[in-house]
Formats: sequence, C-alpha cells, structure tokens
Amino acid sequence: MNILVVGLNHNTAPIEVREKFAFDGDKLERALKMLMKSNIAGENVILSTCNRVEMYSGVRDIESGIDNIRNFLADFHGVPKALLEKSLFILHGREAVKHIFRVASGLDSMVLGEPQILGQIKEAFDISLKNKATGAMLNKLMKKTFSVAKRTRTETGIGKGAVNISYAAVELAKKIFSDLSAKACMLIGAGEMGELAARHLINNGVRNVTVTNRTYERAVRLAEEFHGRAVRFEDFVSELRNTDIVISAVEVQKYILTKDDIKHTMKARKQNPVYLIDISDPRSIDPGIDGLDNVYRYDIDDLNGIVDVNEEERRKEAEKAEAIVDEELKTFLKWQESLLAVPTIVALREKTEAIKKEELEKALKKLGPLGEKEAETIEYLAASIVNKIIHNPIALLKSAGEDQEIIIDSVRRLFSLEGDDDER
Amino acid sequence: MKANVLLFELALTFYFFATAIGIIELFRKIKKSSWATLYLTITGFLFHTANIIVRYAQGGHLPAANLHEAASFLSWCILIIFFYHEYRYKIGLLSSFIMPVVFILMLSSSVFPREITELSPVLESSWFSIHVTLAFLGDAAFAMAFGIGIMYIIQERYVKSKHLSSLFQRLPSLQSLDEINYHLITLGFPLLTLAMITGAIWARSAWGTYWRWDPKEVWSLITWLIYALVLHLRLTVGWRGKKAAILSIAGFLLVIFTFLGVTLLLKGIHVFE
Repeated sequence: MNILVVGLNHNTAPIEVREKFAFDGDKLERALKMLMKSNIAGENVILSTCNRVEMYSGVRDIESGIDNIRNFLADFHGVPKALLEKSLFILHGREAVKHIFRVASGLDSMVLGEPQILGQIKEAFDISLKNKATGAMLNKLMKKTFSVAKRTRTETGIGKGAVNISYAAVELAKKIFSDLSAKACMLIGAGEMGELAARHLINNGVRNVTVTNRTYERAVRLAEEFHGRAVRFEDFVSELRNTDIVISAVEVQKYILTKDDIKHTMKARKQNPVYLIDISDPRSIDPGIDGLDNVYRYDIDDLNGIVDVNEEERRKEAEKAEAIVDEELKTFLKWQESLLAVPTIVALREKTEAIKKEELEKALKKLGPLGEKEAETIEYLAASIVNKIIHNPIALLKSAGEDQEIIIDSVRRLFSLEGDDDER
Repeated sequence: MKANVLLFELALTFYFFATAIGIIELFRKIKKSSWATLYLTITGFLFHTANIIVRYAQGGHLPAANLHEAASFLSWCILIIFFYHEYRYKIGLLSSFIMPVVFILMLSSSVFPREITELSPVLESSWFSIHVTLAFLGDAAFAMAFGIGIMYIIQERYVKSKHLSSLFQRLPSLQSLDEINYHLITLGFPLLTLAMITGAIWARSAWGTYWRWDPKEVWSLITWLIYALVLHLRLTVGWRGKKAAILSIAGFLLVIFTFLGVTLLLKGIHVFE
C-alpha cells in the first residue's frame, strides 16, 4: 500500500479555486463512501478546511492512483479537469508522509504553528473511521501524525506568542492584571476592529463591558450583544474611573483622551492600573501618557511590533520542529518498510528455524547417544511440524491480496519478529 | 570539624548551587523554577535547621547572639517565608530572585567568627527569643517584598517598553506581584512593630529604660517609619505598583543597613561582643 497525497492548498491555489473543491456539509461522507465503493483507493482521509482540500489515500499503484483521485476530484465537484491541473499538488511515499506531519504541526500553515489544523485533521480522521474508510496503513500514519504534532508543539515554541494584534492585546492584559474576570472593559467605537478586540477579551474572562459610540444607537446594539451597557459619547470620560481596560477604535482627527483626562482618572481611581488599547489610526489616545505610572498604553504599531517579534520567534522554533518531523519520518518509514512481504517471510523462517534448532539440541542431549535412524526421525519430526505451522502464514504473505498489510502486520505481531515498531 | 560548622558549610554549599541554577534558569526558556532548585534549597534548609538546633543546644539560647548567627538565622527566616509563598502562590521563578539574597546573607555570615557567644547575664531572658524572632521574621517578610519588588520592576519595564522578552512570559502579572508585595508589607510591618515593643519591654527589664536612642534603635525607627509611610501612601493616595516596589526595595536595603551596617560601623548596645 502506497501513501498518496493529492490536493490543493493556500500555497498552490487561490481561494476561488479552493472553494470549488471544498468537501463541506455532507459531501465529505458521500465522497468517502464513493471512494470506498469504487475501489479508487483502499484507504482515505479527506481534509477540507478553508485553506486546504487534501486527500490522503492508500493506493496499490501510484500511477493509476494519482489518475483516479484526480478524476474523482474533478468529477465529484463537477469542475473541468483543466482547472485542477494548475492548482493540484501530488506527493507520494516519503514526501507524502512528511507533508502530513508538517501540516499537523502547523509548519505548512499560513500562520506558522496555528493550532486549529491539528483538530481539523483529527476530525477528518474520525469521520473516515466512522465510515470505515481507513485501514492499517492510514490508521498507523494518523496516529503517528498526532504524536508528531504533539511533540512539535510541546518541545518547541512554534505555537507560542500571539501572532495577531487582538491576541497580543489579550496576552498583555494577562500580564497586567491577575484576574480578567474581575476587570471592567470599555469599548470606544462600535466598529469591526474594536468589536473583535473586545470579543477576545470577553472570551478570556472579561465580563463587565461598556460600549460608547458617537451614534448612541449603535453603542446600545453592540452593548446588548456583549450583555453590557451603553454610555453616551459625551459621558465616557467620566466613566473611565470605573474602567480597567479601554479599547479605543474610532476615527478621529484629534486625541479623544488627553494626558489631563488620564491624570484625573488615575487620581479618582487611586492609581489602580489602567490598560489602554488604542487601535485607531490615526491614534486617538495621547501617547504622552506613557510616562504616567500604572498607565499602560499600546497602539497599533506597538501591538504589531510584538506580533513581529513573536512571528520571528516562531520561525526560529520552526527549524526545531522540522528536525523533529525528519526524525519521526525516519521511524515511520522504517515501520513501513517492515511491512514488505519478503523480509517478513525471511524473518519468520529464521525465527522458527532458530527455535527448532534450539529445542532439538535440548531434546537430543537429554536422550543421550541415539542411532542414526532415531536421530534422523526426530529431526524430521521437528522440521515438518515447524513447516506445517508456518506454511499457511507464508502462503498468505505471498498472496498479495487487498489486506496484505494487515496480514504482514499481524504475522509480525503474532511471531514477534524483529523490526517491529515499539508503539503498540 | 565541629558538627555545627560542618552543617553550616553543607547548607551554604546547597544554597550556592540552588542560587546558581536559579540564575541560569532566568536566562533560559524555562517556564518556572525547576524542581532541582527547590530540592537543593530544601536540602540546604534541612542542614541549616540542624545547624541552628545544634547551636541552640550548645549555647542554651536562640542562636542570634553574634553576627555569624544573626545573618544565618535571618536567612533561615527568609526561607520560612519563601516556602510559604512558594506553596501559597506558586510564583514561577521566585527562587531565582530570593535565593541570591539568602546566599549573600549566608556568605556574609560565614566570614564572621563562629564561636558560640555567651549572652551577658542582663540579657538572658525569654524576651531575647521573642524579640529576635519577631524582628527577624519581620525582616524576612521585607526581604521577600524586596525580591517581589525587583520582579515587579523588571516586569513593569517590559510592559512599558513594549518589547516583550521570554522572561516577560514567565514572570507573573503586575497586579499579582503588587498584591503579594502589599501582603508582605502588611505582614512585616506588624512584626516589626511588635519586635520594637517587646524590645522596649526587654530593655526596661535589662537596663531600666524603654528607649536609649542607640544607633540600632534609631535606624529601626527609621525603617519602621518608611514602611509605615509605604502603607499610608498606598491607602490614601494610591502609591501602588512601581512606587510601592521601589519603596519596598529601598526599605529592605535600609533593613540590611540596620542589620549589618549599624553593627559594623556604628557602636551601641546592640553590637554583638
């Protein structure tokens, strides 16, 4: 069984093409069923996310396997093959395995080290399992993939550090305050950017949210969504004394929060720390307040600066992750090699021969001096028992049927032959 | 070698390694102080405790009667406070900031003569143990506030400078550091107050007067006023965060001066003979 990866992703095709091939809704299960019925590939996992449509398959013959899957993709989605030709990438054997390991580790992702992809692969595999669309090879490969992804994530910092500004803002909030759920947040401006930042804070525990906006009605609407309350734009400065986190996302020509505003606020709150996130462009909060104690102001440039540093750090960590992938790739390929029939037959013969020899020697020693005929008979007896026992397994191993890998794997386990993988 | 000296050397050695590993860990990408640091510290602490018990048995009084004993007993008190905080708050990297203080105190203790001093008969009373223990535990709380204060200053620098390093990720939030710092001062301050009261009572019974304006008393009073000010400013005008951290660092330097400096530089009745 050969491992094959056929698909398109953000590296090979634009979104307009990718979405034509998406296996969304019930398409995924239907496709798996069709693949299994049509004998295109004996084992199948289909990964369909917004960045990639990738088919992981186990096929008998590589050439025909590629053709069949390519045709299947075009036919299933009713898209002309010509469109597919340009966007498709095809990998097999070593490269295919490596690709899957890299994808699961987030090494192939648009945002390096992003964590969702692993969950998406797990989900894809679960659906295949449910539809009985996988076999010994892909099961083993997927299990290995999950352990590789776990290793790269725990042993390297590839997933560490916020790489978008909303996350960076939350990360900072957690280093300023010990418990976000006890903090009050005010959102100035009802735009999309501000809403996103506020949502991240809410997801991280902030419960008390106030919204203010020039158009009061929009503030009210957004506040309802956040289960918070709205404040009129004219009044927001006086509300600041009860606010620990301020998100300002407004379009203004001059600062809506001046140094004096903040000074007064700080006095009124007895210097309890304030964290101000200014994601307006141009800036809406006077940067001159940076000199004040217990006031922490970050603007878009600051947050982008943090994101850049984290991205750079992830790139460095990615090298370590690649090394882990290479290392795991070797062990997997070794296991795969052991699944070939010939070496298994040889190993089985050698093992049984060794047992026979050892037991014969013991028996002959016990019996003492024997006549030539008796000794010969005993030797013949041992040899024929062994041969009869291994006759069937060997015949099956040679048969090269659909389930050959399962048989090879089983024989290796039953007779505990060398070269077996340690993962049981 | 005498038993207590051997125990002291063992404690010092273990503290040295705990300190060294703790400092190395600051510069490596380790989430929190490793178990190695903690176990080295605990082992050192057990030897240290044995040393104190042996000296107590031999001298018949709390071993805080000369500079060697005092510095060593203060480190021991700091560790008591440290273990409590390590257990209670589980602050990553705390030992990297506290063990250097402990080690330096132990090192300075090691340069002073190690003979067991006889207490002069006027001082021989149970007030001695009470006064010394209260004072030292108070000072230990201030030492801890000093370490936490340094952590705060470093973390505040990261947050303000807007350049976040890996150390930033591993240090606790500013708010937690500030709160722990405050807790420590509210622990140290009453202990120091009680120490001064018991000291006065003891002085009355030993010398006939409560207060003699001896240099140590004066400097302790200054220390007491500083910490009173820290608490007062915090509660009235909100001197928290960086200002509180700086004050608690300054306060502990004053403690150390009162503790060692006054004894070595200025003379008075608290000077160990």
